[in-house]
Amino acid sequence: MRNTPVQLHVITRIVAFIILAFSVFLFFAGHNNPGGGFIGGLMTASALILLYLSFDLKTIKRVIPFNYSKVIASGLLLAIVTGIIGMFFGFPYLKQFFDYFQVPILGEIELTTALPFDLGIYLVVVGFTLLVILTIAEDDS
Amino acid sequence: MSTLHFVALIPFIAAIFIPLVYHKFRHIHTGWFILPIPLVLFVYLISYLPTSDAPMATVKNSVPWVPSLDIHYTVFLDGLSLLFALLITGIGTLVVLYSIYYIANKKDEPLNNFYVYLLMFMGAMLGVVLSDNLIVIYVFWEVTSLSSSLLIGYWFHKEKSRYGAQKSLLITVTGGFAMLSGFTLLYVMTGTFSISEIIALGDVIVASPLFIPAMILILLGAFTKSAQFPFHIWLPDAMEAPTPVSAYLHSATMVKAGIYLVARLTPVFGGQAEWFWIITSFGLFTLLWGSISAVRQKDLKGILAFSTVSQLGLIMSLLGLGSAAFHYDVVDGQSVYTVAILAAVFHLVNHATFKGSLFMIVGIIDHETGTRDIRKLGGLMSIMPITFTISLIGIASMAGLPPFNGFLSKEMFFTGALNSTTIDVFNVQTLGFIFPIVAWVASVFTFVYCMIMLFRTFTGKHQPEKLEKEAHEAPMGLLISPIVLGSLVVVFGFFPNLLAYTIINPAMQAILPGLLEPGEQFYVNIYHWHGLNPELFMTMGVIFFGAFIFLNARKWQETAFYLKERDPLNTIYDNGLVGLIKGSTAVNDVQMTGRLRDYFSFMFVFLILIMGYMLWKTNAIAIDLANTAHISPYMYLISLSLVIATLAVPFVAKRISAIILVGVIGFLIALLFAVFRAPDLALTQLLVETVIVVLFLLVFYHLPELKKESFKPAFRISNFLISIGVGLVVTLTALSAHAFSHENPISPISDYFVENAYALAGGQNIVNVILVDFRGLDTLLEVLVLGIVGLGVVVLIKYKATKGEDI
Repeated sequence: MRNTPVQLHVITRIVAFIILAFSVFLFFAGHNNPGGGFIGGLMTASALILLYLSFDLKTIKRVIPFNYSKVIASGLLLAIVTGIIGMFFGFPYLKQFFDYFQVPILGEIELTTALPFDLGIYLVVVGFTLLVILTIAEDDS
Repeated sequence: MSTLHFVALIPFIAAIFIPLVYHKFRHIHTGWFILPIPLVLFVYLISYLPTSDAPMATVKNSVPWVPSLDIHYTVFLDGLSLLFALLITGIGTLVVLYSIYYIANKKDEPLNNFYVYLLMFMGAMLGVVLSDNLIVIYVFWEVTSLSSSLLIGYWFHKEKSRYGAQKSLLITVTGGFAMLSGFTLLYVMTGTFSISEIIALGDVIVASPLFIPAMILILLGAFTKSAQFPFHIWLPDAMEAPTPVSAYLHSATMVKAGIYLVARLTPVFGGQAEWFWIITSFGLFTLLWGSISAVRQKDLKGILAFSTVSQLGLIMSLLGLGSAAFHYDVVDGQSVYTVAILAAVFHLVNHATFKGSLFMIVGIIDHETGTRDIRKLGGLMSIMPITFTISLIGIASMAGLPPFNGFLSKEMFFTGALNSTTIDVFNVQTLGFIFPIVAWVASVFTFVYCMIMLFRTFTGKHQPEKLEKEAHEAPMGLLISPIVLGSLVVVFGFFPNLLAYTIINPAMQAILPGLLEPGEQFYVNIYHWHGLNPELFMTMGVIFFGAFIFLNARKWQETAFYLKERDPLNTIYDNGLVGLIKGSTAVNDVQMTGRLRDYFSFMFVFLILIMGYMLWKTNAIAIDLANTAHISPYMYLISLSLVIATLAVPFVAKRISAIILVGVIGFLIALLFAVFRAPDLALTQLLVETVIVVLFLLVFYHLPELKKESFKPAFRISNFLISIGVGLVVTLTALSAHAFSHENPISPISDYFVENAYALAGGQNIVNVILVDFRGLDTLLEVLVLGIVGLGVVVLIKYKATKGEDI
């Protein structure tokens, strides 16, 4: 226990979740304010990287048991499938739709098919960044 | 979408479910599930046959695919396409039935692969013959090449299968690509991809200077596919495929795609001297070359392969001879040249029947004895009586003996060749006398290899010690398909006029449109006895000389001619392939040095050259600083720090300092973005920098100590020049773009995005709206690249090649 950087761990635990929360905000803000899938994804990735850096790989792998190749695959799939849906109604591939809805508590909100598409981008970016960094980190030869 | 559209698509749709069915019903042979598909399609297509003497109605039905590029999935059914579609589905049914007994349902037999490829082929082939749009034809055409190659390589553990698969793919796809260029030229000339519209614009094409290039390019496609000399070398090697495939693709259907294309485009190009000469001479030479090569083969399938090459040449030459008909008036639906087309269509059907049955018979012999080598076979007549009977019929038909259908079409072929001597256009008088002679000589050799096939296999001494299995008659399931085809040989031989007005005449009308008055018909009457005419004497000569050569086999079978069975043209292909690999390795070695430095210089030199050239060529260098915006002091400050940091990088001694400096540059750029009010870019840049710093930390451990490298002065100077050049060119381009901005007639696309982002996509952040909506496809492809790169990194690191290992 002598070499455990306690301060780092404590701060990381708090900061990582602040970054994570902010990245989710950025992701949703994307349509009207700076942000979006790409930026949100990068920020989520940096929060996770921070966790990996301050704790060790094994601990975090147990906490976040994601296979990042699959995260990339599901992101791509989501983006592609969102594009296809419009085709069933005779629209070109990747045509996006949006409309405004009245929702209790939140008031008027805008829902758009660009969001799941952007979520796909988000997943690919998160998956890619972590896959590359973890693969290189695990390589000790 | 009409039902006809689905004729070509059903096999593809069915193919999706094959793996499922294969794994679900493992104990039932997958072939049984496939069998109904071609059968149902065949029965459906039969309903389009003309019933009475009325001419066949053509069907045309269009569904837009890419309307902006004039690409429509248009189905077009006339006599010619119906003939081919019936062949594809009819022979397809028999082949699937045959394959069920031929390829046993063993544990490790990937039947699902086999039937998926076969269905892919069937659908693609139907697509080729039923489409009216050249681009759609091209797409299906390449799918047939691909599936053919996959089927040849079905037993991919065999070296020869892989060789044959690669060879067929390389040759046919090269031809296909040439054909695509030809189609594009046709489009340039006529402005349409629709064949029926192109035919109507025949005059425009003939007058165009692009006529000859387009014709040659398209013929390259047709010749490679239909194995015409000198591209025929892939067909004998394709015999490594399972025999049902050889019977289906490599004799009855796919290799006839080239013939289909030539027949289909005859109304466009026919009547031109070049078309006539190229097709007739290549066809006749292929006929001769194929028949002579077939005599040298010892493998039964090899004989059949070269025989197919030669018969394809025969049909091709007939189409060439028949194209002369466009120069003469057709009287009462008959002219001396339409006979050639009649013979071509009739022989096409006959060849499919007798060659299909012969391939299946050879498959049976292989299956029941374990060999196809004629030196090991012999005396099978009494052991396999049914097989022998069908072979006798098929071989007699192939040799052109009465009363079988091969005799009828062979006689017509002689008529066509003899008629060619009377053609008085295209300067045929000078060389025309050669045509009947070549045709006759080739027929003699055809007769010889037919005799070899029959007598070496079925007569002589039975040599059980040389066979891998004990020979016995094949099971009934294997025999059904060849029996059906063999019976057709006999039926068409005795009653050829069954086909006359049902299928041959409509097909002729499709190949030779515009030659008849409305309501007229081509005169088709096929009969055995023509009187003692030259054709009959030619046939008698063939039998006499052929028998003579065969009986003296002992003498010539010891010559080098017989012992070397490999086609000499293969050397060119093999050496070419080796040369291609050597050449690309050499180029690769120069280009891919493995140093990032070199790649950067390549890219930058290219950038300097192309942009510098364009700036100089269009005289576009202009510097006008009149309308520049105000630059605030802190922008100067950031830029200055940026320059200093960049200049410092090369002079730093420690790697860690270099990394920090590069990080400083990145963060300064992010700051610049923020100053220029691009928060999205600034955010992205900041995050990317952060992640990169982590990456650097990770790899830092692996990197060696930074050493002062000593370089030659030339290397330093060239690198210095490149860096100065890039800076100069980019700066000049930016300044010139600014100077000319008020003269630019094109309004920037960003205006459109600014105006429409909220209205059309409901978003106020233009950057994001562009990313996810306006240019969504770009983003999708970018993340796709990202995914591929990620997998690449994993593969590179986790599956590292050990030293000296070749990838």
